[in-house]
Amino acid sequence: MRKWECVVCGLIYDEAEGWPEDGIAPGTAWEDVPEDWACPDCGVGKEDFELVEA
Amino acid sequence: MIVILGSGLAGYSLLKELRKRGCERPVTVVTAEDGASYSKPMLSTGFAKQKEPAQLVMADAVAMAEQYQADIRAFTSADRIDPQAQTLWIGQECLPYEDLVLALGAAARDPGLIGNATDRVWSVNDLADYARVREHLIQPSRVLILGGGLIGCEFANDFVVGGHDVEIVTPAEQVLPSLLPNPLAHQLEQGLRAEGVRFSFKRRAQGVDYALAENGALRVSLDDGSVREVDAVISAIGLAPRIELASQAGLAVSQAGIAVDAYCRSSNPHIYALGDCAEIAGQNYQYVAPLMACAKALAKTLDGEPSAAQFPTMPIIVKTPSCPVLVAPPNTAGEWQVEEGGKEGLRMACVEPEGRLLGFALAGEAVKERQSWLKRLQAKSGGV
Repeated sequence: MRKWECVVCGLIYDEAEGWPEDGIAPGTAWEDVPEDWACPDCGVGKEDFELVEA
Repeated sequence: MIVILGSGLAGYSLLKELRKRGCERPVTVVTAEDGASYSKPMLSTGFAKQKEPAQLVMADAVAMAEQYQADIRAFTSADRIDPQAQTLWIGQECLPYEDLVLALGAAARDPGLIGNATDRVWSVNDLADYARVREHLIQPSRVLILGGGLIGCEFANDFVVGGHDVEIVTPAEQVLPSLLPNPLAHQLEQGLRAEGVRFSFKRRAQGVDYALAENGALRVSLDDGSVREVDAVISAIGLAPRIELASQAGLAVSQAGIAVDAYCRSSNPHIYALGDCAEIAGQNYQYVAPLMACAKALAKTLDGEPSAAQFPTMPIIVKTPSCPVLVAPPNTAGEWQVEEGGKEGLRMACVEPEGRLLGFALAGEAVKERQSWLKRLQAKSGGV
């Protein structure tokens, strides 16, 4: 499971955890997160997230 | 033609939102900086993450121009706005606009020190500032930070984790005096102290001179007569919205920013403002979430669909890994109380006499409870 980091504010989307508050189940791969999902902390779009290298 | 003044998060987010919705109106971005796209919040974690300035650049001006079909005029300062003629003067050049967007940000306030080394008091308000500090702090250094607000505390955490010796000097009696109730501020202070940060509360720096005994070191004198010998002085005492250009053009402004309504429209129908320089319906927000809300709404407006910015509750996050803090400040005055229960961390609720929740603040492990707190805040009853 991968982690994705918002390049604007640093929030981490962890695929293992998903984001249940927004209806994104644990285990949801980044590609399957809705395209209009925005960073919960700062509001930027998916395009401003990058993969966190292990 | 839309002309955007400023290539920070506000100006560039607006540009991105315009193109995201397929708006094809020509856009020119005029910026005094190099036009590289970067995130200011990331400047507060650069030392701990060992980021070189180049690594914080998301895209340079050329890439931005290509990807978002805009004319990016870097290293270009606007001199004057002529609202009647709808033109922007850049030296002898007259640039016409249909709509002008002011995304000028805010400038670091001057702490007003005296002495022979005042030019060595640095703020970190943009990527160039960050590069300067980074170049200077290579060896473990002694850093004095003026100001114990959000930025001062974030930088303190970042520098200390980066291997430097850090002291915060502030005239306040606690950190983040305007945002945090005292017990929560104290929790954050303890977290920073555990990392080695020292504090001088109820103190101001008055003078800064070169220390003759050491090469390049500075001697800072405080208002209690004491002295600090340090390698760097970082000023983080607050930002003043850049209102000069708007003021000269006769727009409604105040020290709180360029006055705009919920549509980000100024007192002139073809001039808009967003980001740190704007006072939107009476509020100046110096955070990303409100900026993004404005960028999205203004993009719609400029694309022919007038839209007011919507501001849901947008909690403020203090990026201090030693003690993370999340605060949703109340809009009206209430009483702060510690809420017991939960595991580690600290939770405080701001309530009305009848018990309705007005705001909250979380520290440490408790920041993970943000969703349930936000739900409580947004619920009609909002009671405990």
